[in-house]
Order: sequence, then structure tokens, then C-alpha cells
Amino acid sequence: MSSDHDTAFIDLRAITKRYAGVTALDSVDFTVQPGEAVCLAGENGSGKSTLIKIISGVEPATEGTIRIAGQDHPTLNPRISAAAGVMVIFQDFSLFPNLSVAENIAFATQLSTHQRFFRSRSARKIAGDALDRIGVQIDLDARVESLPVAQKQLVAICRALASKAQLIIMDEPTTALTDKEVRRLQGIIRMLKEEGVAVIFVSHKLAEVLDVSEKVVVLRNGKKVAEGPASDFDTQSLTYHMTGRDVPEMPPSDVTAGAQTLMQVQGLTKAGSFADIDFELKTGEVLGITGLLGCGRTSVAKALFGLVSPDAGSITVDGKQVPLGDPQAASLARIGYVPEDRLTEGLFLSQSILRNVAVGRLDAHSSAGFLNMQGLTEEASEWLRRLKVKAPDVEAPVKSLSGGNQQRVALARWLSRTPRVLVLNGPSVGVDVGSKADIHGIIRDLASQGIGIIVISDDLPELLATCHRILVMRDGRIIDALDGKSVTEDDLAQRLAS
Amino acid sequence: MTNLLPKDFWSRNETLVAGVIILFCILATLSDPRFFSITTVSDLLRASIVIGILAVGAMLVLVSGGIDVSFTAVAVVAMYSSTVLALAIWPNIPWPMIFVISVIIGAGLGAINGFFIAFLGLPTLIVTLGTLSIFRGFLLTFIGSQRISNLPPSMRDFSRGVLARGTTEAGNFYSIPWAVLALVFVIVLTWFILRKTMLGRSIYAIGGSVESARRIGINVKWTQFFVYVYVGALAGLAGIIHGAVGRMADPFSLVGLELSVIAAVVLGGARLIGGYGTLTGTMLGVALIVIVQNSLIVVGIPTTWQSVTIGILILLGTGIPAYRAKRTAAQAG
Amino acid sequence: MSTHTSMKDVTAAPEFRLLVIAVFVFGLMSVLSPDRFLSAQNLTSMAFQFPEFAILALAMTIAMMTGGIDLSVVGVANLSAVVAALILTQFSDAEMPASQSALWLVIAVTAALCVGAIAGLINGSLVAFFGLPPILATVGSGLVFTGFAVAMTGGSAVMGFPGTVALIGNATLLGVPVPLVLFVLLAVLLHLILTRTAFGLRVTMYGANPMAALYAAIDVNRVLLKVYMIAGVFSSIAGLIVMSRANSAKADYGSSYLLLSVLIAVLGGVNPYGGYGRVIGVVLAVLSMQFLSSGLNMLQVSNFARELIWGALLILVMVINTHALTALRGSLKPSK
Repeated sequence: MSSDHDTAFIDLRAITKRYAGVTALDSVDFTVQPGEAVCLAGENGSGKSTLIKIISGVEPATEGTIRIAGQDHPTLNPRISAAAGVMVIFQDFSLFPNLSVAENIAFATQLSTHQRFFRSRSARKIAGDALDRIGVQIDLDARVESLPVAQKQLVAICRALASKAQLIIMDEPTTALTDKEVRRLQGIIRMLKEEGVAVIFVSHKLAEVLDVSEKVVVLRNGKKVAEGPASDFDTQSLTYHMTGRDVPEMPPSDVTAGAQTLMQVQGLTKAGSFADIDFELKTGEVLGITGLLGCGRTSVAKALFGLVSPDAGSITVDGKQVPLGDPQAASLARIGYVPEDRLTEGLFLSQSILRNVAVGRLDAHSSAGFLNMQGLTEEASEWLRRLKVKAPDVEAPVKSLSGGNQQRVALARWLSRTPRVLVLNGPSVGVDVGSKADIHGIIRDLASQGIGIIVISDDLPELLATCHRILVMRDGRIIDALDGKSVTEDDLAQRLAS
Repeated sequence: MTNLLPKDFWSRNETLVAGVIILFCILATLSDPRFFSITTVSDLLRASIVIGILAVGAMLVLVSGGIDVSFTAVAVVAMYSSTVLALAIWPNIPWPMIFVISVIIGAGLGAINGFFIAFLGLPTLIVTLGTLSIFRGFLLTFIGSQRISNLPPSMRDFSRGVLARGTTEAGNFYSIPWAVLALVFVIVLTWFILRKTMLGRSIYAIGGSVESARRIGINVKWTQFFVYVYVGALAGLAGIIHGAVGRMADPFSLVGLELSVIAAVVLGGARLIGGYGTLTGTMLGVALIVIVQNSLIVVGIPTTWQSVTIGILILLGTGIPAYRAKRTAAQAG
Repeated sequence: MSTHTSMKDVTAAPEFRLLVIAVFVFGLMSVLSPDRFLSAQNLTSMAFQFPEFAILALAMTIAMMTGGIDLSVVGVANLSAVVAALILTQFSDAEMPASQSALWLVIAVTAALCVGAIAGLINGSLVAFFGLPPILATVGSGLVFTGFAVAMTGGSAVMGFPGTVALIGNATLLGVPVPLVLFVLLAVLLHLILTRTAFGLRVTMYGANPMAALYAAIDVNRVLLKVYMIAGVFSSIAGLIVMSRANSAKADYGSSYLLLSVLIAVLGGVNPYGGYGRVIGVVLAVLSMQFLSSGLNMLQVSNFARELIWGALLILVMVINTHALTALRGSLKPSK
């Protein structure tokens, strides 16, 4: 064990991090050897991002010691950490959309040499070398904003390499990639490891990177709950360690026999996003739509709610046509949509919890333009109670709530409008394990009350725990329709990736 | 031929503005053949100097993701105070020294903007709206509110200096003053900073994404601070040239011009969100605004319609790209 | 929506700070120049003075609530006034019987309000449908509006109104100056709109997060159109008051009011990024500004110095409201 510590590139011991009374990390030991690939797994809120922030010097640890390349760092900041060769590739890649590929790759390197002058030729050389090193060709003069996601990621990797990275930390590296792109990424990672560059994958879905990794570390609620060679883990055991639950959740009860068709979608098409989307949703049915990021699932979800204007096709609810591309019309047809990104799309963070719910029912409580404040407040409070939102003060801004409670607030807004169809995009993204099961419970409850629910997700256990039927999308088309009860997780995973 | 042009040539603001300018010149020449002459060019060039220098500064701020409306006040304060100072201490001061004093005063005032914006993180529009009135109020209260027409003699010398002068065959007089060199110098210097220094690239990077800039270790605060100091210095230079060429230090001049200057820059393709803006575009924008301000009458539009024309140009110049961006976003779904 | 607010909440609100400032400035000026500042004459003249820019500040407030800004308020005010003035000078004269000239006044006022509404509709469309940043949209439209006023008048003042015009700006109603009555009415109206109507709540929510507003099925375009229309109509009312008080209309009246209205809105606690603002704060800010301005006048401080003080105040208030100094301390820590 001690020799491990001696040779380790990163050696963290007994790291604890507290934020205003909350313990995000609790005495975690963590090592990475040169040339080693480590999967750092855990659900949202498990502490994995906190750990990364500590390694990269963004946040100081409350307790514990940090050694990088054999050197103690009692105080660490992003610059020291980067100088030691630790490079983080954030999920958003942190690139400059307005600058060229060459400059994006070379910027950090040129900055670190403290040169005053920008040498375009040397930037191109640095960038060219980095691209050559991973055997990729991208136009050096292209503006990064014009590149597809996978190429942006490669640019980010090259930027880390150009900065002489000894350790590259990749946050959710595969979410945005197609299967082919994932395989190319795997090849690149293998190459880097041979050159002695270590890699940490931070993810809650690790199947894709498991076979290029040596070690897996699983965090849960700020504690390290599992560590071992990657070969000891499979998707199932990872899920177990991450969630702390072995038995999958209860599958949903059957749709009532003879349930009526609630929503019908025919030939929904939008050039460049999705094509020929046909499906039917019955009352009380939970329909899953899944696929890799970029397969068009989110565009379809938005189109159902009028946020995206399809070129062709039709949507009917209870036999009535819903005008396309108009959120107000969709909401009048009693379609509700809970977006994936609560913080930017779903909630008004600075506004009160009460208002966040009440905003859905303004018209119902106003006469001659004026609001019936009492009625509005009472109704909103009632929904918060029903969804068991734990809030000490409903007048507090919604940003003071935890992820799970925030999601309930978002749900409460739509439920107060008594929707017929509820479209939930990533219903448990960023929600802790306990709340996740609760939200799944709420989904099953709502379905049993006759609401038709569409769950858009790439979280396979979630789909299996909630959906009666699952549609699989690829390249904007539905390629499979599966029965939620009979399909297994592995089967589903294969259909996604194939 | 087509591959000599940049890929986005036809969708760029520069192309649009250049097209409008050419169209205007054709119309103007058709309605008055005398328009197409060296006299017109030299007149427009002279009118472009001060606006041009100010516009280069305003562009830099837009590229960094901010907006500055105080630079005209900086220019007038720097011009008037340096003139007053020179007259009080050393009336026979050589003009380059007055220029240096004015530039230093401008940079100092810019540093005040920079402090509030970069180090206190206040919204740029609010800060510069505030300093606009602080600077001007300070000038008129404490330094003076009288026009000064007997400038230090060296400033007169400067204004008399010409690079070229002559009379056209039609008998029209033209001259190109020294001050044009200042505009050229500012353009070259700014081009060098923006294209050839890490500082300049950092300004673009911050405009592209502040968060990413911070993550890769760009010193965001000092870079922003530099931008406002540099803009202040340019304003100081523009101010003193305005005074020297106009042969008068007028404390009420220049202020009020800021929106036209920003309009010129925005017409040239700089965006309020930051990260975009070129010197070529800025100069084309300046040319268009100057032409509208000076030659509208040639195509038969009365000068009272000047402000309407500039307003419509701003709305079209920003509206067309904004609308296009909105459509593209809707297309992408 | 708050039904119960404790004493602590009240004193912690930015509006309470403003109340303290307003009382303090009033007290200070009363002490510095008791016989003049507190004279009935001064108090009346203050009540005639501030409504014109205070109403512009209300217009600015509602635009800022959405995270936008309306830099065309002064242009709209002047264009409306010029339109009204041209109607009045064209169709009425001093010899006309009062009833007839009053009719023409009503027509002129209606026309001015329509100009304000149309101008607001244009601003709103530019922001909502064309996606222009509010700063550029209103800078551009402001130039166009001012430009129309210049083109219609040739740049000179329009004067020679019938006596009835003075009713708007110089008369009193039960001893209260009419401009003040108008301001109070508009302030109460805006307060009710923002706090008691569905539209007002939508404005606040849109300002807090435009994207979430879209996802909450709020018709954001309609919200924006209405917001800028209200700002336009308020501006035109301010323009009419200026016209009546000056007994003339000109394209470049009140150009210093633009900065002043931004200043008052920000001073009043309106968040320039949107989502927060209360009319009571703006009213208190107006009062503080007027006490200060009037007091400085008594102390024979020049207009220019007042401009300086206003600018300094604007920045000072931003520094306090955004807790910028704490941020500064954080940024100067060595670890960065």
C-alpha cells in the first residue's frame, strides 16, 4: 500500500470538505498512478464533483493532505494544479466559441510560458502537434462554435495535451458522443495511457469507459463506498454501489385494460432534428423515450410542448389537434413539460417557491386582470404539501431548496394545471438517490390517476422502473418500441449503443 | 475567386455595410457628379478622425463583453483640462506634450471605469452612465465651463500641418491633415495589440467566455482593467485632436456623440454579447456614419432627417444579424 | 404575495434603506436652509418639478424589471409632445372659446398617448420578435423618434398654445399640483400592475429568468410588447407635462432626464438584470433626488455639480446594492 502512495501522481488522504454545515466529502483517500485510468463513479450529490474541484484547486479541502507528483500542497489553486499537470475537461468543454481551433488548443500553453506576444505560427504548430498526437484532423482555422460536439471534445483534449497534462480529468465524457465516437475516444485514451498520462473519468454512466480503465472508485453521500480493479465491476455492481440499492424499484402496475388513447403523434418531422415520429399514449400510461444525447429525444420532447416548431406532422390530445410550435396552445391542450435543466429552464431561482408554482395558474385566479392572491397562494401551498416539498418557508427563493425538492416544485407547477399529458425530460437528473425513488413513485401515482406521462431519459434503470413502453431513438428516428416489463437493462443498453 | 473570400463573406456585417456605402456613393454620384472627388474623400476623412479613434476604443470594450458610454466625457475632460493646464503652466509647450498629458488624463479616467467594472464587478452600462455625468459634471464645476479659443500656439501649428493639399481641376480645395496619422497610428497599434499580443487575444477570449477564460488562467480582472484604461487613453487622444483641429477647447463638445460612435461599431459587426468585432468592420461603420452625417443632403435627404437615418441604420445593422441568429436558433431546435 | 412580514424583513429591505436616505436628506436640507427649504413656495415648486422625470423613471422601472432598459424614453416624450404641440398650434389659438380649445387639447393628448403606445409597440417588437438587445433597440429607436421630432419641427421649438394647455403642468387640483396628481396616479397604477395582476407577476418572472418563462408557457412576446408599450405611454405623459410647463415642445428637451431616470430606477432598488423592483422604492428614490437637487439649488450649487453628484450617487448605490465591496475583498485575497 505504501509503495502505491510513493509512486502515485495524485495522492489524497483523508480529504474532508464541508460547505456551510453540509459534509460533501467525508475522509476520502484517493490515488491515481501515472498512466492509470480511474473511473470515479457516483450519483449526483455523491461528492465526485467536489473531489474534482479539490484536485484541480478550485475549492480548498477542509481537512486532509494533497500530494501531486510527490509534492505536498497544503494550499492549492487552479494555477498550481495546472502547472503540476492536472487538466480538467469540463462537461461544457470551456472553449472559446469565437476563437479558432488552433488558438483554443494553444491558448493555455502560450499563457503558461508568460509570453507577451501571440505567435500565430507557433499556436498552429502547438495545435497541429496535439491533434497529430491523437491522430485527428480538424481544420485549425475553423471557429470552435462551428464544430460538432465530438470535435469540440477533441479540441478540449488537445488543449489539455498541449499543456503537458499528466492527468486529464474528464467530466461526463461520453454523454454527448455516438457509439463510434466513444470507440475513437477509447482508442485515444489507450494511447495517452501508454504515454504515461493518467485519466480520471467522472461519470454516473460508466459502461463505455469501464474497459479502458484500471480502477474504479465509487462515492456515495460523500464517502468512498467501493474501490477496486475495473475488472471486478460491471454495470450492475456499479449501480448497486452508486445507489446502495440492490433490488430494482417496483415496476409500474399495468395500464388499465381498455384505456383510451390520450395523445396521438403522427409523422412529426423537423429537418435536421427528427423525422417520422409516430406514437400513441393511453390514459394512465408511462411512455419512455430514450437514445443517446443528440439522437433527437430532447427536440421531440420540446416539439410536443411547442417549444420546437416541427416541419410536418400532427399531435392530437383527446382527439383534438394541438397547434404546433406554440407552448401556450400546448399548455391549453393540457400538455405539461418539465425540462431537463431545472436551473436555467425550469425554475425562477431568485423567486419564491410559492411563485414558482403559482406562475402556472395565474389565469385561473385572475378576474379583470387582477389576481386573487389568497386563492392563488392557497392552491400553490396545497400542491407543495401534496408533493411533500420540504421547505421551511414557502416565501424563500426556490434556489434554497435541494435538487429533489426543486424538481417537486417544477412538478407542482404543472400538476396544479391538472394536465392530461405530462412530458418529463430527465425527471431525476441532479436529484439525490432517495428523492429519485420518490419521484419515480410520484410518476407511477400520477399515471394511476389517468395522466399520460412521457419520460425522456437515458437513465436506463429509471426507464425500467417507470415505463410501460420504451421507444428507442437514433439519428432522429424511432428505431425500437419495447415493452417495459419484458426488456432487461442489458438488452436496452445494447439497443441504445448498436 | 470565391475561395479567396472568407467562408462567411456574404453573411458578414462588414459586407453589408460596405455594400450600403458603395450604394450610397453610386446614388450620390448620380445625383451630383461632384460628389465623386478627392475633396469629398478628404472632407470625409477629416470628419472620421475623432469618431474613428473613439470607435476603435468602443469596439475594444464591446469585444471584451462590456459597453462604455463615458468615453466622450473622458475625451472632453482630457482635452479641456490638458489645455487649461498647458495655458496655466507653460503656454509655449510643444504640442506632443499636451497630447501626452491628455492621453494620461484619459487613461486615468479610464482606470476609474476599470476599477468599478473589473474589480467591483458592477454592470458596465450603469457604471459608465454614472461616470459620464461624474466626469462632465466635474469638468464643468471645477475646471471650467468657458470655451477657450486662444489655444497654446503649438496646437495651432499642429492643426495647420497637412500631409497633402491642393486644388482639384474643378477648383475645389482639399487637404489631408496630420491628424490622419493619429488615426492610422491608433489602428495599427490596436491591430497589433488585438492580433499579436496575448493580451489582445485574452480580450477576445474573455468576450467569448469569461468562465472559460478564468479556468485556463487568464487574468480576467486585469485584462478588463486594461481595456478601460486603453479606451480612456484613446479618448484622451481623440479629445485633444478634436480641440486642436477645431482650434477651440469647448467643454460642451463631444458629449452626446457616444451613441453614434457605438452605433458605428455595432454596424461594423461587433456584438453586445462580446467576443466579436474587427477593425475593418469598425472603420466601415465609422465611414457609413460619417457619410450619413455629412453627405445625406447629396442624395436628397434633408439634414433634419439625419438622426432618423442613423437610428434606422442601427436598427437594421443590429436587427438583421439578431433576427438571423434568432431564426437559426429556432431551426436548430 | 407575502402576507406576513416581520419587522426584521422590513428593515432589511432595500426600500427601508431608501426611506432612511429620503428622511435624512430632507432633514439635512431642512437644517442647512430651514427658512428656504421648508418654505411653502419651495415645497410647491418641488411638487411641480419632479413628476416629469419621476414618470420617466417609472417607465424605466418596468423596462428594467424584464432585464431590459428603455433608452428611448426621452425621445418618445419629446416626439409625443411635438405631435401634441403641432396639433394644438395648427388647430387652436388663443382667441378660441375655452370649450373648443379644451376639445383640441383632448385630441392632442390622445394623439400624444397614441404616439407613446406606438413607439412602445415598436420597441417591444424589436426586442421580442427581432431579438435585438434592448439597449441597441431603444438607442436606435430613440434616435428615430427624436429624429422624427426634429424633422417635423425643423429643430426649433413649437409654441403658441391656448391657455388650457397649462392645465396639465401648471394647475392645481384641490391645492395639489396636477403633475403630482398624475405621478401619484401612475405610481399607484404601476404598483398595482406589478403586484396585483397576472401580467405584473409575469413581468417579474420573465425578468428573473426569460428561458424559464418560455418553458412555463408564458407568452413572453406579449409580455415584452405590453411592457414597452406601458413605458412608451408613461413617457408620453411625461412629455406632455414638460410641454405644458415649458409652454412649448422641442425635440431636444430634457436630455439629462435619460440618465436621471436610469439613476432613479437603480437607486430605487430595481435590479438592472431584471426580476426585482418595487414602485415604493422608486418613489422614495425620486423624493431623495428631488430633496437633494432642490437643497443643492438653495445652496447655489450649479447644475453641473448636480450632474456630478447624481453620477456619483448612481455608482455608490450600485456598490452598496450589489455588495461589490465584499467581492473586492474576496478578489484581493492572495490565493487567486
